[in-house]
Amino acid sequence: MAHADVLSHESATHTDPQPFVIAGREFRSRLMVGTGKYGSNARMIEAVEASGAEVVTVAVRRVDLDRSKDEGMLHHLDPSRYFLLANTAGCYTAAEAIRYARLARAAGFNEWVKLEVIGDRETLLPDTAGLLAATRTLADEGFKVMAYTNDDLITALRLEDAGAVAVMPLASPIGSGLGMLNPYAIRTIKQRLTVPVIVDAGVGTASDACIVMEQGVDGILMNTGIAAASDPVRMATAMRHAVEAGRLAYLAGRMPRREVAVPSSPSAGMLDP
Amino acid sequence: MMATSAVERNVALTINGARREIPETWSVADLLVSLDLDPRLVVVEHNGGILRDRESFPRVPLARNDVVEIVHFVGGG
Repeated sequence: MAHADVLSHESATHTDPQPFVIAGREFRSRLMVGTGKYGSNARMIEAVEASGAEVVTVAVRRVDLDRSKDEGMLHHLDPSRYFLLANTAGCYTAAEAIRYARLARAAGFNEWVKLEVIGDRETLLPDTAGLLAATRTLADEGFKVMAYTNDDLITALRLEDAGAVAVMPLASPIGSGLGMLNPYAIRTIKQRLTVPVIVDAGVGTASDACIVMEQGVDGILMNTGIAAASDPVRMATAMRHAVEAGRLAYLAGRMPRREVAVPSSPSAGMLDP
Repeated sequence: MMATSAVERNVALTINGARREIPETWSVADLLVSLDLDPRLVVVEHNGGILRDRESFPRVPLARNDVVEIVHFVGGG
């Protein structure tokens, strides 16, 4: 009886009290995952499953008419189980990104888009001017724009003003696995924005994900951190735990840092030497 | 009898960046059937405009030098 009380008390206080909501829609996981760079679709599905993610990103590309490549994602992912979030990856101008977003919406699943307007082929850093222009146009057309951006506060604020439903600053460049390079910038963006902040790109391993979530951001989107692991399915599981652990640690409120030691055991009650 | 079996002529158009020849009587729906593509799994852009209504595919004729893009979702981050 006492044991059961303890358990129910624990489950009440150990869970995240805040639902994860973007533009009025509640999502069951704060971890969103990409579907690119997997060795096989079977592996990808297994990893997505293990991650516990509901939001799954996909790209829009030409159908290979000679069928030398694998068939489309809809042959593998069940759109009734996952929320398909199309991206505009590979687009270098606002016009191009807008075209891809419209094509994605015409697929008929939802009006959400993970908007990328890339500015540089080497770093894949965003073209923030193009991103802002595309965000305005797409928001006006009724799109729910989740904007992939750098970790610059001013751009993040402008994106919110332009109508983005979520702002997605990078932890570090896409596919780099360098982890979060500027925690101060990420925290500042989270503190100043009203819309959800979802860190996108750069998470390389579970500790990176945990530290990102400890900044208080609303969620993380990752692809390579899972897909490029030696064992993607195991890493997906690790990422699921890391995102939950980081979120709980943020909600729990960490102890203050001290430059001196403070004993954990009482100094009173010691024996005479 | 002899008048109805007119010689079927082909027209050249651009599909996903490549020149292809198709019978001049074909609609978008005919093209997808010939490519063995399920219309529910693709999005078609015809001369720069997205065909939002898949039901309309049989009624959209294809003509010489049309530009058709057929896209779908692939793995991405």
